[in-house]
Formats: sequence, structure tokens, C-alpha cells
Amino acid sequence: MGRDENYRTKNQYGGEMIRTLHNKKSYKIGYNAFIILYFTLLFTPLLVISLLAFNDSIFPSLPWQGFTLDWFFGKGPEKIGIFHNSRNLKGIFVSFKVAVYVTLFSTTVGTCAAFLFEHEQFRFKNFFYFLMIAPLVVPGVIIGISLLIFATSIGLFLEHTIGLDVRALSPGIFLVVCGQASFITTFVSLTVIARLKKFDRSLEEAAYDLGARRFEVIRYITLPFLRPAIIGGAAVAFLLSFENFNTTLFLVGADATLPITLFTQIKDGSTPVVNAVSFLFIFCLSIFALLNFLITTRKTKQ
Amino acid sequence: MLNSKRSKIRWSFFVFFIPVFLWLMFLFVLPNLELLRMSFMGSRFLGERGFTLGNYTSFFLEPIYWLTFVRTIGFSLLVTFIVLLIALPVAFYITKVTKLKLKGLLMTLIMVPFWVSEVVRVYGLILLLRESGVINRILLAFGLWEKPIEMLYNDASMVLGLVYTTLLFMLVPIIGVMDSLDDALIEAAYDLGAKKVVIWWKIIVPHSVPGIMSGCIVVFMLVIGNFITPALMGGKYSSWFTQIIYNDFIAHMNWNRGAAFGFLLLIISSLVIWAGMKITGQKISTVVK
Repeated sequence: MGRDENYRTKNQYGGEMIRTLHNKKSYKIGYNAFIILYFTLLFTPLLVISLLAFNDSIFPSLPWQGFTLDWFFGKGPEKIGIFHNSRNLKGIFVSFKVAVYVTLFSTTVGTCAAFLFEHEQFRFKNFFYFLMIAPLVVPGVIIGISLLIFATSIGLFLEHTIGLDVRALSPGIFLVVCGQASFITTFVSLTVIARLKKFDRSLEEAAYDLGARRFEVIRYITLPFLRPAIIGGAAVAFLLSFENFNTTLFLVGADATLPITLFTQIKDGSTPVVNAVSFLFIFCLSIFALLNFLITTRKTKQ
Repeated sequence: MLNSKRSKIRWSFFVFFIPVFLWLMFLFVLPNLELLRMSFMGSRFLGERGFTLGNYTSFFLEPIYWLTFVRTIGFSLLVTFIVLLIALPVAFYITKVTKLKLKGLLMTLIMVPFWVSEVVRVYGLILLLRESGVINRILLAFGLWEKPIEMLYNDASMVLGLVYTTLLFMLVPIIGVMDSLDDALIEAAYDLGAKKVVIWWKIIVPHSVPGIMSGCIVVFMLVIGNFITPALMGGKYSSWFTQIIYNDFIAHMNWNRGAAFGFLLLIISSLVIWAGMKITGQKISTVVK
């Protein structure tokens, strides 16, 4: 703590390689300019998208023709806004549905995995841990095609042997959920594992001594402790699922998720309705980020 | 007493183990084994069935395939390197230079664009760069250019898009390791008269190696397996290996060759990751954090 305050007093002197050191003015200006440039370039594409969502033009480009909300609420015939555009609305709906299923699956199984690898001892534990990590380093495209092939093979097998045609095994929402869950579960379990490592197991011992059973201990002691990590993991899972493209691409059937339908529209030539959808996307995420920022800064202040 | 506690713990083991086992087997291990098996099978539409190496030999016999493969790897390495060069000073600024108050805000700011879907990010770049794009319009309006220039659909725009889209995944791990670098080391070197380049090369970079390595691995993997950015921002000749796989699956309906190519992609990305970890002596469990 003493060190930290020391930094802050030194910091007032300005010029720095790090906060505490003096540097030439030109270096400082150059560095700051680089950082400002970085953040400007980072946000310019998003600002341009948002701005052009409100441009009264049928193309998503300049010149500026005046402000309009038609790309959100327009009923046509020239401008059909997002709230009347069935293709994009359906995309949002499908993505939402998929994300809910993926979040439920990955949070449940991811938490199980955290308990398994942190609190249980078993044979081949390292091998299974390696298997659990592996989906993170396999390209999303590969996860997509391998599941597509696997599901198709099972489907063909079932059809040939017992004459059963299982619709869920051909591309569609079920396979999309499976594909996304296969690697998103790893993210959740790593988040929960990180928190579980900080758990003081003597609390469990105390509960056992007081006569609690294993699942009572988990229910009333361990899970409440893990709650922030589980909620955080669920939020990450939802976002990862909602924006996933690579894995989904191969597994999607007639019901396209939002990223897939956006991709097709951009490739075929877009109208500003794509900007409107993207703006909603950016807007919701910014609110989310802002809330997250406020909550974490309040926590660190406490 | 001890006995009953033990049996209960075994029971809980199965409650945790079964869902995890089913997840890993049915959503990961078996699909990948099936991918491998299918890659050695003859294409069902050509009538040849049973074991064949044909899917793999066609990779080496047709230059378009292995050239695209080599191209994809080369560009992936280039993008990873550029991303690293940009991320190092930005990460250093956020951890060591900026005021402590600003740090949290900057961390949030670098995250936001990356939570937005990659399709949306790339779309923003397209709106900026294309022939009727914002940059062209502005420069024309100011009379700096006489007629619009197409800045999209070439290798450079593709690289720009890939860099833009993967930066965060380099920043986060590097910020993580730079946080743990003791400022006193830099101060001491500075007091002893070391130049900035020396401080970077002898202190900051060596300390950041674990973060750099995990960043490079994640970025390389995301780039080599990327589909959106080369498809939307690359030119006619900027084909990417994932596009060849996609075409085999969707357009040519040649799943077996697609499976073989997919497996090649899996092998090369695993090899690079393995080599990266060997060089820096890390384990996979530390890299993914």
C-alpha cells in the first residue's frame, strides 16, 4: 500500500516511461498519440455503423441525407425497418433461443467439470483435463464439421438399422447448440475452476462435522461461494453463443442465427437495416459493459 | 462413519463425472474420431468406398490446395506478428503508463468492440474502406482524391481485418503478465542508464513471454480458422483454407475430402501450438489461462 501511494506522488511529476519515470516530452507525446490513434481506429468502424443506421438513404454510405428512424420502425415499401423485417427478427430470435440453451448446458456441465477436476480424485484425471481444455485450441470450423459428420453418420446408421429418421441429427438448432456447447462449456468450467481454487475447504469439513451430507454442503456452502463465477461464466457463455459464426456455419439448417443471416446480407449487398441490427447489438453490449465497469469499480472501491 | 462418507463421495464423483464424460465424448472426442475415419473413406458420390488415401493425396497433387494451405499459414503468421507488435505498447500503456484511475476504463474500452460479433466488426471496416465507403467520400469531398479508390478486396485489407478482429486476444494475456512485472526492475534499469530499447528487450519482453505465447497461440488459431474476414474483405485470389473446406462441404458435397482437409488444418494448428509451447517450455494448462 505504501508503495502504491509513493507511485501516485511521484506520478504528479508527469513525464514517464512508466508512471514513476521521467521522459522526454517528444516520447511522451508520441506514445500518447499512438494510444489515441489506437482507440480511435478501434471504435471508428462501430461509430460509422451506428451513424449510418440513422441516415435517411437507401444505401449504408455517405453522403448524409438527414436523420431518420425508418431503418428501425419503417413499415416500407421503400424502407423496411428492423422491427418489421422478418428475416432479421427471426435471426435475433433464433440466436437468442440457441444462446439460452447453450448457456443452460454449458453452465451446468461446466460447473460439474469444475467440481470434478478440483474436488475429486480419479484415474486418468490429467488425461481428462487435457481433453477438457482441447476444444479451446481446436479451430471452430473443425468443431463444426466434425459434429456435422458425426451426427450424419449416426443418423444414417439409425435409418439403416432401425428405420428411424431422427430430424435432430440433420443440420438445425439442436446441432448448433451441440457445436457451440462443446467449446463454450470449457470457458465456463475454467471460470468456475478459478474461483473454486480460492475456496477454503475447511468450511466443508466443518459442515461435515456438523452432520451435513455431501450435497447439502454443495448446495448451501460451495455453490453460494461460486455464484459470482457461475453468473459470470453464464454471461460469457451467452455472449459467445450469440455471436458465434465459425462453428454455427456448418451446423445451421433453415433457421439462420443472427451472425449467419448478417453475413449473407453483407455478402449479397446490404441495406442500412443491417446497420440498425448492428447498432442494437453495439448498444446493448455497451450498456452491458458500462454496468460491468460500474459494478467492478464499486467493488474495488469497497 | 468414515466408510459412509467415502461411499457418498464416490457417488458425487459419478454425478459430476457422467455429464462431463458425455459432453467430452459425444461433442468432442467421437466427432473428431469420426472426422478422421471419414477422411480415409472414398467419396460416396464417386462410388469408391472403403479405405483410401485419395483425399490426402489430392491435397498434394492439386497445387491450388496446398498453395492455399501454405498461403493461409503464411498470412496467419504475419497477422500474429503484426498483432503482437501493436499489442505490446498498448498493453504496456494500460498496465504501466496510464494513471491508475484510467486503467479500468481503458480495459473496458478495449473489450467492447470484441464482444460485438465479428461479422459486425468486419462490416464496419467494409463501410469505411469500400469504393463508395466513408473514407473515399470524405477524401473526395475535401478534394484530396479525384476519383474513389477501391481499398477492399485485396490481401492488405484482409490482413487489416484479421488484425482488427483478433487484437484483443493478444492484449488480454499480455496485460495479465505485465501487471505482475515489478516497476522497480524498470526503475533500476533506468537508473543504471539503460536505454528504452534495452529495457524492452531485456526486461519487459522476457517477463511477458508467457502472455505473449498464449496470445500468439490464440491469435494464430483464430486467424488460421477464420472464415468471415477473408470471405468478406479478401479479394478474388485471397482464398483461405477454411473456404476450401467449406466448398467441399457445401458446394461440392465432397465431405470426405473436406474431412481430410479439416484434419490437416487441425494438425497444423496443433503443431504450431505444440511448437510454441516447446520453445517457451510451457504447459497447455498455463497457456489457456
